[in-house]
Amino acid sequence: MIEITIGHYLTLAAIIFSIGVVGIFLNRKNVIIILMSIELILLAVNINLVSFSIYLQNLVGQVFAIFILTVAAAETAVGLAIIVIYYKNKGSIHVETINSLKG
Amino acid sequence: MLAHTLFFYFFSTIAVFSAIMVTVSRNTVVSVFFLILVFISISILFIMIGAEFLGMIMLIVYVGAVAVLFLFVVMMLNVSQVNIKKTSRKGFINNISIGLFVGIVIFLELLVAIGGWKYKADFINLSEINFNTNITNTHALGNILYTDYIHLFQISGMILLASMIGAIYLTFTKKENIKRQSYFEQIEREKSTAVELLEVENDKGVNLDD
Repeated sequence: MIEITIGHYLTLAAIIFSIGVVGIFLNRKNVIIILMSIELILLAVNINLVSFSIYLQNLVGQVFAIFILTVAAAETAVGLAIIVIYYKNKGSIHVETINSLKG
Repeated sequence: MLAHTLFFYFFSTIAVFSAIMVTVSRNTVVSVFFLILVFISISILFIMIGAEFLGMIMLIVYVGAVAVLFLFVVMMLNVSQVNIKKTSRKGFINNISIGLFVGIVIFLELLVAIGGWKYKADFINLSEINFNTNITNTHALGNILYTDYIHLFQISGMILLASMIGAIYLTFTKKENIKRQSYFEQIEREKSTAVELLEVENDKGVNLDD
């Protein structure tokens, strides 16, 4: 308990990952919060990679964390652009009104 | 070592609390601010266990760029909270059971994976990292990022370029009443249409109107 091992960091990552997944389910407000939940999930993955990289004294984990960071930034940019264009077309980004694909 | 323990619990408590607030908060701006708080506390944890470069990059990329992008979009889109309130509460209650169930199952699975893992004794404890002071974290990362992983590095640059082009193309709208630079017109201009050679007589000058 008093000694911080890798298990503590992995547990923290697991908690944040689960909060991100639950956030996607619970969200009924707007799409922006879903994007933020995805950011939380990617952050949890980054915590895992970095803590294992320090634990195994192997820098490859940190290199891959940088790549995940890049992909997350790109994904956020494109996602926010899609949200902006959707708002221009439909006038609302409320999750419950986004059901055009329902058929 | 005790300081490391205290810092870990302090910042991880802040991170978990803010992550919960990101998903629960009703105001989108508030949840963006809590997202910033999550990233700051996690990057402090990264710096503390010895991944300084990644912690600083997280501060720059997430807090400096991504969170500001989120705030810009929230500001531009006029996300109204007034007329949504009644329906959102109903959806919240409908989804909370299945959402919590899936979340808890995923968390338990992750805990089983973590707990069933055997820790080797000869690996280091995270509290007692002996930093190699000859070479910094940034230097070591650069040594392998620009040699062994140079292709992946360039491909990630390509991903950024593609996302930039995609975002610009998605949000770009052509307006009619704006004077805009036209490359084709500019390049197609020739000497015959642009420049005229006139004979200028002495003491007369040139009349530019005709």
